[in-house]
Amino acid sequence: MAQLTFREAIARGIAQEMRRDESVVFLGEDIGAAGGVFKGTVGLFEEFGGRRVRDTPIAEQAILGAAMGAAMTGLRPIAEIMFADFFAVCWDIVVNEIAKSRYMTNGQMTFPLVIRSGNGGGLRFGAQHSQSVENWAMMVPGLKVVVPSNAKDVIGLMAASIRDNDPVIFLEEKALYSSKMDVPDGEIIDTLGSASVLRRGGDATLVALGTMVPRALAAAEDLAATGIECTVVDLRSLVPLDTQTVLAEVAATGRLFTVEENPRLCGWGAELASIVADEAFYDLDGPIVRITTPHIPLPAADALEDMAMPSIERIAATVNASLNS
Amino acid sequence: MTTITTTDLEFKLELYRCQVALRQFEQRAYDLFLENYVKGTSHLSIGQEAIAAGFAAAMKPTDWTFATYRGHAHTLARGVAMTPVFAELMGRTNGLMAGKGGSMHLTSVEHGVMGSYAIIGAHLPIACGAAWSAQYRGTDQVAVCFFGDGSVNIGAFHEALNLAAVWKLPVVFVCENNLWMEYTRTSEVTAVANPAADRASAYGLEGIIVDGNDVDAVFAVATTAMARARAGEGPSLIEAKTYRHGGHSRADPGKYRPDEEVAEWLAKDPIPMYHARLLFEGASEDRLVEIQQDVAREVEEATEAAKNGPIPGAELLMKDVWADGGSQWRN
Repeated sequence: MAQLTFREAIARGIAQEMRRDESVVFLGEDIGAAGGVFKGTVGLFEEFGGRRVRDTPIAEQAILGAAMGAAMTGLRPIAEIMFADFFAVCWDIVVNEIAKSRYMTNGQMTFPLVIRSGNGGGLRFGAQHSQSVENWAMMVPGLKVVVPSNAKDVIGLMAASIRDNDPVIFLEEKALYSSKMDVPDGEIIDTLGSASVLRRGGDATLVALGTMVPRALAAAEDLAATGIECTVVDLRSLVPLDTQTVLAEVAATGRLFTVEENPRLCGWGAELASIVADEAFYDLDGPIVRITTPHIPLPAADALEDMAMPSIERIAATVNASLNS
Repeated sequence: MTTITTTDLEFKLELYRCQVALRQFEQRAYDLFLENYVKGTSHLSIGQEAIAAGFAAAMKPTDWTFATYRGHAHTLARGVAMTPVFAELMGRTNGLMAGKGGSMHLTSVEHGVMGSYAIIGAHLPIACGAAWSAQYRGTDQVAVCFFGDGSVNIGAFHEALNLAAVWKLPVVFVCENNLWMEYTRTSEVTAVANPAADRASAYGLEGIIVDGNDVDAVFAVATTAMARARAGEGPSLIEAKTYRHGGHSRADPGKYRPDEEVAEWLAKDPIPMYHARLLFEGASEDRLVEIQQDVAREVEEATEAAKNGPIPGAELLMKDVWADGGSQWRN
């Protein structure tokens, strides 16, 4: 057992898989000798060398195209897109090429690749370096989408993503990079498509993702002090989506609150709300409530960004108001 | 009169056969559009056959082809049979991808045809990835990436060329310059006279121009570039000058092109030119006609086999989104 930061967990997860499988290669901007702009890949270049850990030019289409071509010919590449916002300049390769080619070729090709990217706000970087793009990826058939919320999950879900035979968009919440937790020694391997129930309470179910998970947990603690007991579910991946866990936990409390960092429209919570309304309507004791960032680009100023993203206080207040209305 | 060996002549007859097959296939594909057997769109390579034939002949079976939406010829030239290609165009279960890809996405991994890509320029970086994989695994495989003159002004072209040069990747980029970027003359929207070759120096590469209507010339330049790639000397960028006899796609009669220009290029049609050369080099007219007739029979049989293919059913619809063969996104 050792205390590990989220960013250290990334390097450990990648190293774990690179040691066991020579076909795993890693490419991206500043990932090698520099150890990553977020210091999430420190030590990999030193351990595995420039042949397996390759620095690239600032050329996101080249990075993802190279990953795709390598994956279709037998390698298991991990590609880094430094900030998730940069997906916008290489989205063609992700959506039109990587996601569709297995289906279009009637299963002739397989794309075992992972695209890691720094996602989300909270670091005062402004609108072009703070977006939550999980919904962009979620709506594309052919992509798996993983968003861990803690260091242990980072290692296990990274390993599962690398071993998976489909393309995985692995979003690392920048706001969580310096968070710490105790992580067991030795190999950690997890499962894609399984949500975690982090806390149980009888009054409401809060489903959260990524940076919103610790905030939902903290809000649940605050609510407990006022006599409201909440279940908190960490979704962990959007595709595959663990609807069984969500439906079971909603059935147990009769209320669903989604806690989403993304801007309002078409957030993952909307899909979840639709599923619960379809399949668990009669389990509900009240309306489904989505707690999201407003439908705006994220502002840079700390005061404004804090207002925009769901805060512990806003989550607690929203749940409290809804349950007592 | 003849100056070449029998072996050389037999090889050249295969180059001839390949071009004739590509031509007759495309002519039939056009007819099948008119008969409404082929739906959607399609982009024919009539006039550009020498490039596909010349490169395919220079490639090993383990090498990779990356083609564009104008990819019928490149797919067939690697040895894919006509029936599954016709059937794919017609949306039948016996199609190359059981009808799930269509004309613009022909792929046959077992023949090294690693996809036909319909987003301009997208496949250049992907070809780099395959080449990187060959380099990493220490095989002698080469990725050959074909694209049109319209691709050279898009970002992915430049990202791919730079990466290939920096990483010394075994990839050969082949620009099929047919002068027209869809409906616009490429020279009107491109800063340099030779859209690909004039860019080569920006990536430390030699600017190579070849007569894309001369299959022997194409084969020669392809052989050199493949050898360079296999020797670990890095990528090549080749611009093959050619012309499409028809419009950009099924919907385009190509009327924007001056009659004199079309006539000039029809006079440089790669197949009659090669026919004449082979006669000069010792082939008999009978042999060449026999090849044409063989191909015509093949086209006829393949057309019928494709037409008789089953229409895809619902069992294909939800198949193969994922590597496990399924499409499930939730539990």
